[in-house]
Amino acid sequence: MQPFAYTRAHSVKEAVEIIHATDKAPGSKAEGDAQTQFIAGGTTLIDLMKLHVVNPARLVDIGSIEAQREWSSVTADKHGLHLGAMASMAAVAEDKDVLRDYPVIAQSLQLAASAQLRNMASLGGNVLQRTRCPYFRDVSFTACNKRNPGSGCDALHGVNRQHAVLGGSDACIATYPGDFAQSLIALDASVHVAGAKGTRTFPFAELHRQPAETPHVETTLRPGELITGFIVPAAPWTRRSAYLKIRDRASYAFALASAAVALDMADGRVRQARIALGGLATVPWRAKDAEASLAGKPLDERSAAEAAEIAFSQANPREYNAFKVKLGKETLTRALLHVATMEI
Amino acid sequence: MANAAAPEPKENMGQPMPRIDGRLKVTGGARYPSDIRLKEPVYAALALSSIALGSISRFRLDAARAVAGVIDIFTHETLSDAIKEQVMMGQSEQAGYAASTIRPLQSASILHDGQIIAIVVADTFEAATEAARLVAPEYDARTPSATFGSDGVTIEEAAKISKKHEDPKIGDAEAALRTAEVKVDNRYSTPVQHHNPIELFTTSCIWDGPKLTIFEPSQTAHGLRFGVAQQLGMNPDDVHVVSSFIGGAFGSKGATTERTALIAAIAKKLDRPVKFVSSRADAFFVSTYRAETEQRVALAASRDGKLTALIHEGHEVTSRPDGYFVGGTDTTTRMYACPNISTKVSVVHADRKTPGFMRAPAEMPYMFVLESAMDELAETLGIDPVELRRINDTQIEPIKGLAFTSRSLMPCFDAAAAAFRWSERNRKPGAARDGDWLIGQGCATSCYPTMVAPATARVSLMPDGTAHVETAAQDVGTGTYTVVAQMAAERLGIDARHVKVTLGDSKLPPAPVSGGSNVTASVCSAVAKACDAINEKLRGSNSQNLAEQFRRLGVSELVEYAETVAPGASPEGIDQLYKGISALGGGPKLKDRIQYAFGAQFIEVAVHSRTREIRVRRMTGAFAAGRIMNTRTARSQLMGGMIGGIGSALLEATEIDRRYARYVNKNLADYEVPVNADIEALDVILVPETDDKVNAVGVKGVGELGIVGTAAAVANAVYNATGIRVRDLPIRLDALLT
Repeated sequence: MQPFAYTRAHSVKEAVEIIHATDKAPGSKAEGDAQTQFIAGGTTLIDLMKLHVVNPARLVDIGSIEAQREWSSVTADKHGLHLGAMASMAAVAEDKDVLRDYPVIAQSLQLAASAQLRNMASLGGNVLQRTRCPYFRDVSFTACNKRNPGSGCDALHGVNRQHAVLGGSDACIATYPGDFAQSLIALDASVHVAGAKGTRTFPFAELHRQPAETPHVETTLRPGELITGFIVPAAPWTRRSAYLKIRDRASYAFALASAAVALDMADGRVRQARIALGGLATVPWRAKDAEASLAGKPLDERSAAEAAEIAFSQANPREYNAFKVKLGKETLTRALLHVATMEI
Repeated sequence: MANAAAPEPKENMGQPMPRIDGRLKVTGGARYPSDIRLKEPVYAALALSSIALGSISRFRLDAARAVAGVIDIFTHETLSDAIKEQVMMGQSEQAGYAASTIRPLQSASILHDGQIIAIVVADTFEAATEAARLVAPEYDARTPSATFGSDGVTIEEAAKISKKHEDPKIGDAEAALRTAEVKVDNRYSTPVQHHNPIELFTTSCIWDGPKLTIFEPSQTAHGLRFGVAQQLGMNPDDVHVVSSFIGGAFGSKGATTERTALIAAIAKKLDRPVKFVSSRADAFFVSTYRAETEQRVALAASRDGKLTALIHEGHEVTSRPDGYFVGGTDTTTRMYACPNISTKVSVVHADRKTPGFMRAPAEMPYMFVLESAMDELAETLGIDPVELRRINDTQIEPIKGLAFTSRSLMPCFDAAAAAFRWSERNRKPGAARDGDWLIGQGCATSCYPTMVAPATARVSLMPDGTAHVETAAQDVGTGTYTVVAQMAAERLGIDARHVKVTLGDSKLPPAPVSGGSNVTASVCSAVAKACDAINEKLRGSNSQNLAEQFRRLGVSELVEYAETVAPGASPEGIDQLYKGISALGGGPKLKDRIQYAFGAQFIEVAVHSRTREIRVRRMTGAFAAGRIMNTRTARSQLMGGMIGGIGSALLEATEIDRRYARYVNKNLADYEVPVNADIEALDVILVPETDDKVNAVGVKGVGELGIVGTAAAVANAVYNATGIRVRDLPIRLDALLT
């Protein structure tokens, strides 16, 4: 591993100031390959550094910041749920308010990774997890627009069983690998960030960027900005929610397809639906047209299947991932029918 | 309460003694080869090619050399005189030890993805690893041929490559197939698979003048000793291999692979001990692997279920220069009575690393196909799959008409079927449900040829009733230390806890490779013989007191060395053993008998009716393998085999990018193996069997038996659940989303 500098930050303010100072320094690179990176649990970053996919010159450790309570806490009130960015996946998955009122969030965390990783990984780091595309993660493959802009994409005509059928471009079809982000985007969450110029809050749905022509730019975070927390608004659909994850083995695997579903139902009909898809798209994927198709209808085999058709109407499969269109539809249908009949 | 891990011994079974090295292993006391402390070592790391075919035109090494702590970088430009030509293990009449004839660093030529192109040596592991990454080759690359169907591959008949292989054939199978009342005729495939033993591939080399000591996990300490001597042009007496503990092998630590002699050559040049520990990603290249196969099986039968024809054709991928193949038709043609049999094995040469041994190398892929076809035939005939095996069961194999020394196939089927409650199975595909899950059950035959090799051992008995057994045999994690102690204790009439066992060192009396499931049978035969010789000396004394008998004999210890070969085998095998060659014999290769272990596996799967993921709900395997030395270690091996079989059935496949002939998923996240959550209920039944013809101790071996047939049982269960017949491994939901 190449040498790097390591700084431990004692506050969020200090962390973003260190980043701001170093990334303005001469020789710092453009966005997407920052010379300085935050490290929390390190469960993605250390991996990628070992693989030399990312090669930061400096790490700013935000793991020991204790200043603000909300930085690592879970708080629920009548307005909604606040999740601190440094809360561990394991802690949030086991939180009783989350389990009762936001089951989709608990499940998306519980079904991810392994117990050891969930103990280490932070929520903020989790939503920024990089793709598992093997051509991205193995630097001996030369064509990867995400890793090396302009170099091409080996996955388009390569081994692409795990790749995205939604949101891809001719520059990149790498799948967004996480689970938790789907529950956030489905529940209309917002994200708090802090930067050298202050803090801001914006819809979580605006955090990730589809690859288009610039797959190396994965988020709308400005250079040096740090995620500090998430707000999930209280809503009539959060209790009737679930996360369904389909994978080759029973545990410890990334999703081939997943669905985060939340429903507000009355008199046997859907008032509002919230749907997000994972394992299938280049970003956490909100299926708004499918949601709209369900409004006012009873949730049955027919309406669920219609919603699934709509969700995948724009799917663009490749050689080895064509099964994901069918799988995605079945996953969403199964999740919708399950959530509709949940006892709450 | 009964302890499932320690089954109660039945007839002809030994006690479930806990592993005598178990405590050492779980407390960190076991010194694996890379745990051995070296005096002032330097560390080696590999740079591997990122092309599969071509040559290196030049290196840029400035960046690598600039890493602090780098001592030297070895390439074909600096090490090309180090390695002599080598002979492959088991592929020729000549004494061979190597996994491949490909000799990296001996020329600029690149013959496969991940070929070693440079070895960096540094003061620290980290510096060597970092510098290896910075080795920058420039290639003259050519378009490689990746696998079946790729442009440029060449096909060769296995029988023309090796005198040891002939394609079994009797009668006129094609004619019988044409006129058959019922037939199935289909094509199948199995994927590339890679070893991922927990213990990585390591080598430490130390020179003392002309003497070389190698610490390396090896399935054959003597084989590695001779293999390295051959490659370095040394006197084998000057090479010493130590391999006391091995953290899983499965064939990957069998033949001598490329790195060992290279590390030794570098240690000599530097005059420093050199230590090498591979990364997990490099493990996909420094060891051998199971190559992909394409197979056709045709079965014909009369309406009463009697087989009238079997045609089995296999194609296997291998490297350009080497002819490694597994050729499982020797086994598939011996499973059932059939008057017309035709087979052919061919190899397809591609720009790939030479494949090699992986648990049940031939039987896993070939029996998957035969046992899938048997299920298809049963379905076509409307006969229960167990009954179809019974109808065609035979005590005489059909090719040469030889009698099995023992064959308990149907007792295994009956024991497993009863425990599994097979009679409650719904035979109609897609008919059994549990909520949204489709439930299916399937079964298949397990088998493994009983092979025995020449072996030697030295046993010392002390007046205090303790004993010491010394043999170079390796314990790859299976329990060799323990069963050797049990055998000596039984023969000498002492407590097994009082037997010290020393293994895994080429200075000890030679023993065969821990491969082909032969070691328990072979080594216990030699141990038993040495013990018997000790008993002979003690005979004639009336005293039960051992100390008195030693006084009577006037000795302070009784030491006996013994050599054994398999019944009917040539004593020349001992000479070969002393040259590091394991003359494995048995299975279907004998002139007067045929010897196999058998089993039956039953598996229940659940397939989700919508999303089609496959989960194994329960597995029952019943196995009869002659004498069981230790019911605990036997069960553990069989269980491990069955779980490996689930990996083969549902998960394991190394993906090849056909454009580049390169592996894509060379890590344990993307090359999936079963996790605990995948194995819900697993039941191993040990079926009593006595066989006094296979070898002196009546042991058949269980190291590989458990993985054979599992994948077919899963495929058959998936068919029963869904009505979809999947003939390509691994079976994933992709194939079921129709």
